[in-house]
Amino acid sequence: MSSDLRIKLGRMELVNPIMAAAGCAGTGRELARFVDLARLGAVATKSVMLEPRAGRPSPRVAETPSGMLSSIGLQGPGIEVFLQRDLPWLLSRGGNAVVSIAGGSASEYAELARRLSEETGVAMIEVNLSCPNPADSGRDFTDDPAEAARVVHAVRSHTQSDIPVFAKLAPDVPDLVGLATACAEARADGLSMVNTMRGMAIDPATLRPAVAGGLAGLSGPAIRPIAVGCVYRVHAALPDVPIIGMGGVRTGTDVLEFMAAGATAVAVGTVNFADPSACARILREFEESTESRGVVRVGDLVGAAHRPHGAALGR
Amino acid sequence: MSDSGPVQMRSPVLTVRRVDAYHAITVVAPNIAERFRSGQFLAVAVGGEQSGLLLRRPFAIHDVKPDYGGTVEFLFSVRGAGTSWLAERRSRDLLDVVGPLGRPFPLPRDPVNCVLVGGGSGCAPLFPLAHALRRRGCRVDFVLGAATADRVCSAITARRVAETATFTTEDGSFGVRGRVTDPLGQVIEDARSDVAYACGPMGMLRAVTAVADAYEMPAQVSVEESMACGTGICMSCVVPVVGDDGITRMVRACVDGPVFRGERVRFDDVGTIPFDALGAPGWKAQTDGGRNAGREAG
Ligand SMILES: Cc1cc2nc3c(=O)[nH]c(=O)nc-3n(C[C@H](O)[C@H](O)[C@H](O)COP(=O)(O)OP(=O)(O)OC[C@H]3O[C@@H](n4cnc5c(N)ncnc54)[C@H](O)[C@@H]3O)c2cc1C
Ligand SMILES: Cc1cc2nc3c(=O)[nH]c(=O)nc-3n(C[C@H](O)[C@H](O)[C@H](O)COP(=O)(O)O)c2cc1C
Ligand code: FES
Repeated sequence: MSSDLRIKLGRMELVNPIMAAAGCAGTGRELARFVDLARLGAVATKSVMLEPRAGRPSPRVAETPSGMLSSIGLQGPGIEVFLQRDLPWLLSRGGNAVVSIAGGSASEYAELARRLSEETGVAMIEVNLSCPNPADSGRDFTDDPAEAARVVHAVRSHTQSDIPVFAKLAPDVPDLVGLATACAEARADGLSMVNTMRGMAIDPATLRPAVAGGLAGLSGPAIRPIAVGCVYRVHAALPDVPIIGMGGVRTGTDVLEFMAAGATAVAVGTVNFADPSACARILREFEESTESRGVVRVGDLVGAAHRPHGAALGR
Repeated sequence: MSDSGPVQMRSPVLTVRRVDAYHAITVVAPNIAERFRSGQFLAVAVGGEQSGLLLRRPFAIHDVKPDYGGTVEFLFSVRGAGTSWLAERRSRDLLDVVGPLGRPFPLPRDPVNCVLVGGGSGCAPLFPLAHALRRRGCRVDFVLGAATADRVCSAITARRVAETATFTTEDGSFGVRGRVTDPLGQVIEDARSDVAYACGPMGMLRAVTAVADAYEMPAQVSVEESMACGTGICMSCVVPVVGDDGITRMVRACVDGPVFRGERVRFDDVGTIPFDALGAPGWKAQTDGGRNAGREAG
């Protein structure tokens, strides 16, 4: 018998737990040539900012073992064009739109949230906290729980109450559980984990950083154990806060792993570059594996790894 | 999902052969073959399903044939891990390919005189282009160059399909010693060329565009920018290009290109964000001295 794939992510219901991660699905248009977006649980858009942004100089990426380093610099058209062009397109294709926002100050985030609240069809706002905070000598908002909470609070206060707000956290922070707790206390409805982590590759020919920006974000299967560990720790500390897990998801089995660690939904990122139909394939693989395990409701898988031996699966 | 867009296929390798210093792989990919237009490319997964090599490798489509239900061929030289893995493929192996990707070379409506300029493996996409131009009644002249004789790609085919074919090598081991741009002016004058098409390294494209400019003719150039996805998702492959409105944008080589009008590409600014590009940071934001570099996901 096939499993019931629907899950509840806070107040939101998704047709299945598989999402496309922010910045790894283009505007939806590019991925839609390979995947029927309406079949996915949700599609997160590339983080949108108030103004158009040209991003960072190239080379912007480097391949690393089982991963990649990237420093795109949030290139994008700005909220105006996003609302006129990209969001309506995604909605017209039946995509469940998670809109990721990024800013340089709490008030920028708040303004973006306000603009999005005026639109119909925004299923969720995901707050990308891995952005430099100019007021805090350029450290990411995610590096400091108090700053992160300030942003989340500003967004929540400017977002219509029926739109869930999720805070997206980076894994390489001094106190992850503290950060997650601060976001939850600032009324985040849930957490997205994890963003890329800082790393660097040096070009052996030039002995200069291989990515023009120097430090870059590491993603892909290389970070999966770290990401699963982050989800596990935060779920243990905050079992009632829904988590969207991500970081190196490549197969249906990886989705099971994230859900067992405590994620309710799971997003596919970098692997979309390697395999543009990955989201559809992973959904198929996930469906097959839950079916063969006799899972009745996939929601029962959430947090399975935290339960005592033998009680792990809702058979 | 649309009929004309790219497709992803697990394609059996039909043949693997050597063409001078290049390896040539032909795969059975009817859906790609029937969609293909000259100038488009493939993105090939390397290393196998569990490989740590995550990114696809882009290769120009060198030839398309209707036999075996539709095959496409690409040429490559061994550079690093991905191409050495590819060089070990044998017939009947399966390759995961996505294509055809990118904007094709625009073809002239009327029969005009076209000069096709290629450097190294950048010659590969010019062959299907030459055939397409010939079918439209255009005159085709080739100028193909490389560092050494064995890196000049498909010289015999070039002689066969074109009115004239001129070769250059940097070491003088074949054809004229020097660069493709050295004899280019003379070829343009002799052939009364109306348009130049070029593919190769950025510096070569810049030089070809300058020569074409001097003769007041347009140049269509295909850039080989490094690409992580090839499908327009990741924004890694950007180049500064001036739009119809005069505004410079950081556009994606994989979907907005790889073919651009030469005079629109800001060659001198490749690898930078020109200060006047749409969304470039103002001088104020630039004074942070790279302190903000790093994760900034996206
Ligand atoms: C549109 C396009 C068409 C191309 N067509 C051809 C062709 O027909 N024949 C051919 O021999 N080569 C072609 N190239 C270059 C080819 O993609 C690289 O030689 C190849 O990716 C090298 O892979 P590697 O694993 O051997 O090298 P590595 O250096 O180990 O690769 C590491 C990473 O850098 C990238 N990379 C390295 N060199 C290049 C390069 N020159 N261009 C783009 N990405 C690069 C790789 O894709 C990979 O992600 C083309 C490139 C582009 C963008
Ligand atoms: C090229 C690239 C661009 C990204 N852009 C964004 C972005 O705009 N906003 C965001 O919140 N995360 C962004 N991310 C992070 C991903 O959404 C994801 O959290 C991270 O890559 C880990 O998942 P993965 O290993 O499956 O890619 C980006 C990642 C990559 C590789
Ligand atoms: S290679 Fe990913 S956008 Fe061009």
